[in-house]
Amino acid sequence: MLSNIGIGLVTLVLVLSFLTIYTATLDLKTSSQTIKKSIYKLSLFQTTFTILSFLTLIIGFLNSDFSLVNVYENSHSEKPFFYKIAGTWGNHEGSLLLWINILVIFSYLFLVFNHTHDKKFRLYTLIFQNTLILGFLFFLLSNSNPFSPIYPIPLEGLGLNPILQDPALAIHPPLLYVGFVGCSIYFSAAMASLLSNYGGKLFAQSIKTWVKISWCFQTLGIIVGSIWAYYELGWGGFWFWDPVENASLLPWFAITALMHSLIVLEKRNTLYHWVVILCLSTFILSVIGTFLVRSGILNSVHTFASDPSRGVYILIFLSLMIFSALTIFFTKHKKEKYNFNLKSKETFILANNWFMAFFLVTVLIGILYPIFLDVLTNMKISVGPPFFNIVIIPLVVPFMFLMAIGPKFSWIKSQNKISYKSIFPIFGAIGINLFIFYFFGEYSLLSNLIFITAIFLILHSFLDIKKNISKKNIYQLPRIISHLGFGLLVFFIGINHQFSLEEDFNLKVGEIKKTDNYEINFQDIKIKERKNYKAIVGNFELTNLKKNLVEYLEPEIRIYSNPETLTYEAAIKTKITSDLYLTMSNVSRSDYYNIKFQNKPFMVWIWISALMITFGGFMQLSLKKNED
Amino acid sequence: MKINISKIIIFSFVIFSLFVFWQGLKKNNSYDTKNLIGSKISSFKLSEINNNEQYISQEKLKQNKYTLINFFASWCAPCRIEHKYLLSLSRESKKIKIIGVNFKDKKNNAINFLEELGNPYYFVGEDLDGKASISFGIYGIPESILVDNELTIIKKIVGPIDQSQYEEILKLIK
Repeated sequence: MLSNIGIGLVTLVLVLSFLTIYTATLDLKTSSQTIKKSIYKLSLFQTTFTILSFLTLIIGFLNSDFSLVNVYENSHSEKPFFYKIAGTWGNHEGSLLLWINILVIFSYLFLVFNHTHDKKFRLYTLIFQNTLILGFLFFLLSNSNPFSPIYPIPLEGLGLNPILQDPALAIHPPLLYVGFVGCSIYFSAAMASLLSNYGGKLFAQSIKTWVKISWCFQTLGIIVGSIWAYYELGWGGFWFWDPVENASLLPWFAITALMHSLIVLEKRNTLYHWVVILCLSTFILSVIGTFLVRSGILNSVHTFASDPSRGVYILIFLSLMIFSALTIFFTKHKKEKYNFNLKSKETFILANNWFMAFFLVTVLIGILYPIFLDVLTNMKISVGPPFFNIVIIPLVVPFMFLMAIGPKFSWIKSQNKISYKSIFPIFGAIGINLFIFYFFGEYSLLSNLIFITAIFLILHSFLDIKKNISKKNIYQLPRIISHLGFGLLVFFIGINHQFSLEEDFNLKVGEIKKTDNYEINFQDIKIKERKNYKAIVGNFELTNLKKNLVEYLEPEIRIYSNPETLTYEAAIKTKITSDLYLTMSNVSRSDYYNIKFQNKPFMVWIWISALMITFGGFMQLSLKKNED
Repeated sequence: MKINISKIIIFSFVIFSLFVFWQGLKKNNSYDTKNLIGSKISSFKLSEINNNEQYISQEKLKQNKYTLINFFASWCAPCRIEHKYLLSLSRESKKIKIIGVNFKDKKNNAINFLEELGNPYYFVGEDLDGKASISFGIYGIPESILVDNELTIIKKIVGPIDQSQYEEILKLIK
């Protein structure tokens, strides 16, 4: 029943997509300056039916309707309400439906909110966006249908992977999808702008908001994923340079570059073709990321079977997208003359773009090289943290320096004086770094440079905030907050990396372990029955020998029944200055437990500064006018 | 028409990358059970977990009528689930011998794991860094490969063995 409703709704959306493309093509030829009413209606119907189809799937999950294969495979009647809903997008088929929802909703909103812009440009955007929608709809219906029925109807579902039963991970995919799929609209708009010759400043204004929205959601999505990894995976780390994480970084670098160069296009009416390239590549990179993750080509020893036929479909789709983008771009490309003064804001924004391009290429090589090598020579290598750390970290030093002084320059040409004055905080930064170096421990030259430039950026941002507040100019604040957030992020990651403590040992109940600063007392163990799992809870008493402070930590081993899985839940005590992190895992057939204890300074500040970067973005979105 | 070198470079790079992706997808099929069935296993040499001086290689498998090579680790939860099927396989049938390959594990944990759940293996090979397993074409554990005395792969099971697969193995070795 639900299966028929769902498939019916999706088919209706498909028909509406065809109709929209058809009517829009007809409307292109008319001489009228406004878009036909019927196109708005078609688009509105399309949006309504897409949302309804997604609601249908949610209802399927909420009622545990196991007549749908998708619900049977990914849900269980005893799962908590919240995770039933999250289960909807926690699997390939459901998330694809969410993709389509975002594609359609963005398409409609772009049409409605850009009514002041050129008709042809808007119609072409609609046509391209609907072509994308059609592509994904065919994919959904032919290969990944979340509404496929199953007969006989199973009595019980298989359940959701317990590792995914976590609030952070429940909201992580939708955030990322809004971020990644949101890019589709300016992919379509960029193609439309090339075809309708609607470039320059006006084009920048039409996509500005959409770029910011998707940037905010992408950034937030990546941060939430990283927080989840820290709490759930139990390794105490938050970024692993894992191929899947890297795949999510690729579009982020492109979009961050885009967000900056878009300002140049809007203010100086130049860099148009570069902006178009970034618009196109952001979404192409999102789809490449999807391809790598979903096709199973990124198979590491940690992943399980995936379906290669999905990969073939996405690959064909990807090829069509890239070739049509390249063809349209090259036929419409005209040489632009750039005449930038070295001491101007646009030069520094361009510098930001070069850095982003460099980071992007580095990560891309890190992802593609092992795949290429494996396919062409059968050699298996893995590119891990050392590569990325060596290549990326040194570049962060000049990057942060430019990030601080760049915004100080004015458009076109600046006076000399400004730059001298703004370098002043560097002395403060050197001083603070020396203080940390001598009182808390020594570190390498590179770390020194990182700390100095990070502190420089932080001090600089604080001075900026002070100045702007005294001038009552709030329009610069979002930018400063994001830049400050980045400076703080690098600073706290640096501190955390330098001064983390880690101990790994085996303990029995009742035993005590002494380390340099801590005494860890394994007091007892309790077994607790919870709603959808059984938990073995350890009680640990931790004494800080220096400060004579006692803390209690309770790590868990969880035994989920549907499906039967063990997960290790870290006990984390978050304090302003540091996190105490303790995981416990059973050593089979013995009374011993393997204990991993870590003291990680300023962990919570890493999250706060990362969230600050996003906050800046959201703040800019809420300020309607953000002129200089 | 002028030839634009940068265009040619860009297009050829894109075509090359897409081609590699496509090849990569085809390659992935080699993980598929069906493609490996019928092929011979590659040569290997593994040392015994309790006694590093004892080795096993493909030649020794020729003495068994059937051999099931099972990849496991103490940290792997699904391995616990399939373990009872391995135990009953080793009890039920004399025609089949089971080798365990201990994948990316700590020695003590592995030994404890087998003490706790029982040991269905007549040989437990050590693969601490996981390299030997990868050359078997393993990409996640648990996985099992069933070979005959000519070292031909008869069946490959990705993920934990369940009731139906257990029965299928019994049928295959009849």
